[in-house]
Amino acid sequence: MKLVVAIIRPERLNNVLEALFRAKVAGLTISRVQGHGGEIERVETYRGTTVKMELTDKVRLEIGVSDHFVEPTVKAIMQGARTGDVGDGKIFVVPVEHVYRIRTGELDRAAVTPVGVPPD
Amino acid sequence: MPPNISPADTAWLLISTALVLMMTPALGFFYGGMVRAKNALNTLMMSFSALGFVGLAWAFFGYSIAFGHSNQWWGDGQYFFLRGVGLEANGTIPHVLYFAYQGTFAIITAALISGAIVERMRFGPYLAFITLWSLVVYAPIAHWVWGGGWIAKLGALDFAGGTVVHVNAAAAALVCAVVVGARKDYARQAILPQNVPFTLLGAGLLWLGWFGFNAGSALGANRSAALAFTNTMFAPIATLVVWTLLDLFRSGKATAVGAATGIVVGLVAVTPAAGFISPTSAIILGAFAAFPSYFTLLYRARTRLDDSLDVVAAHGVGGIVGALLTGVLAQKSWNGTADGVIAGNWSQLGIQAIAIVATIVYSGAATLLIVKVLSAVATLRTEVREEGLGLDFTQHGEEAYSRGEGAILLLDGRNE
Repeated sequence: MKLVVAIIRPERLNNVLEALFRAKVAGLTISRVQGHGGEIERVETYRGTTVKMELTDKVRLEIGVSDHFVEPTVKAIMQGARTGDVGDGKIFVVPVEHVYRIRTGELDRAAVTPVGVPPD
Repeated sequence: MPPNISPADTAWLLISTALVLMMTPALGFFYGGMVRAKNALNTLMMSFSALGFVGLAWAFFGYSIAFGHSNQWWGDGQYFFLRGVGLEANGTIPHVLYFAYQGTFAIITAALISGAIVERMRFGPYLAFITLWSLVVYAPIAHWVWGGGWIAKLGALDFAGGTVVHVNAAAAALVCAVVVGARKDYARQAILPQNVPFTLLGAGLLWLGWFGFNAGSALGANRSAALAFTNTMFAPIATLVVWTLLDLFRSGKATAVGAATGIVVGLVAVTPAAGFISPTSAIILGAFAAFPSYFTLLYRARTRLDDSLDVVAAHGVGGIVGALLTGVLAQKSWNGTADGVIAGNWSQLGIQAIAIVATIVYSGAATLLIVKVLSAVATLRTEVREEGLGLDFTQHGEEAYSRGEGAILLLDGRNE
């Protein structure tokens, strides 16, 4: 199993979700985060106060998948999140020791396989 | 006090002018609540900047085009740059006050159009558009109806601007929505309101301001004002009830955005009728007006027309229904001037229809001309990337909800 962690633009989240659901990736968690990744700097002015916004809003996706699902998942995220400009984000694929499904106590591959799909 | 000026009338119009001026920021909140958070300031600014740009255009040129004398089509330049607008009596109030009062109408009418093009129009071209529009479209139509022009001579009844303000703005909104085009996310993603309480707050303040709009249009503290005031209270009351019931029957839930919209639709519908119909008729008018706008809203959302905040459904359909029902429900026994269909005067309905059609045709055509000219010299839309980032940052360099984490202060002269 792998944990796919992706940092993407908030405004691309809907496209990414659409692409993931089309790729039959059904289980995921998102969180709203802020980060810095060498984007073109944003300068804002409030009356006399001019500030450089060093942190940009991002969305972080976490998706636990079985090994053969890593590629379609990564592809779907790339396709949904890419605009071609600096700041499109990163995808990290991290090895996972164990996954448990809390409701049933299922372990590993059974735990990351969506309900109703027979583990192949 | 010069002869003819009434202190009571002047006092009421002073208050009314302030009330109508407040409607434009209120409209900003009504609209601003319904867009996404990344476009909240831009949407609010579309209303707030109308206060400045349209207001100044009104002082320099618009007032004279609308209320100068000359002919039935447009006023001449006798009042350009406020020449000849002094403390003399205009009716029973000072001329300067009449000028200021009418200016508040020009401002909000232009701001109404913004609902059709939020979240995608560049701000500079927007400012140019509303400024030109207020002079080329609003001022002549105001002249036709209120400045002694041909629609007034025809005998059309428009107490406070059902056609001049609402039908006019909606026709322009339709043209703008079509020419500027749909938002990139329209009909692809759910676009949800960022702050529904803002929308309710805006609707509430609009209702308050509308007492100045309608009852102020009596141009005096008199019986006509009292009638218009009462109708401005009870027509939206009826619309709100019917709208809520429609919501309940259709989906089982009485929605807050629906309630805010229902109030505005009721206010729009009663605007042309306010001083002409009985309070009982106003309740009937308000109740009836809910249906066409409600179902237009539902239908519009399933079309490709991205009239984002439904200016056409609320102000166009509501305004047309109100203007036609004015021709039906007017009673001489209440207004002292004209009867409608219920008093046996069928021809009034035809006159109302002519005023509506003329407004739609002129407003639509002249708006199209302005937008086409502007699009030839400037880019009307933001780039797709800017639309994604949001117009608050890309157009204004600010955010509505800035947290300040990671913001580094740039000091003058010490910027890197």
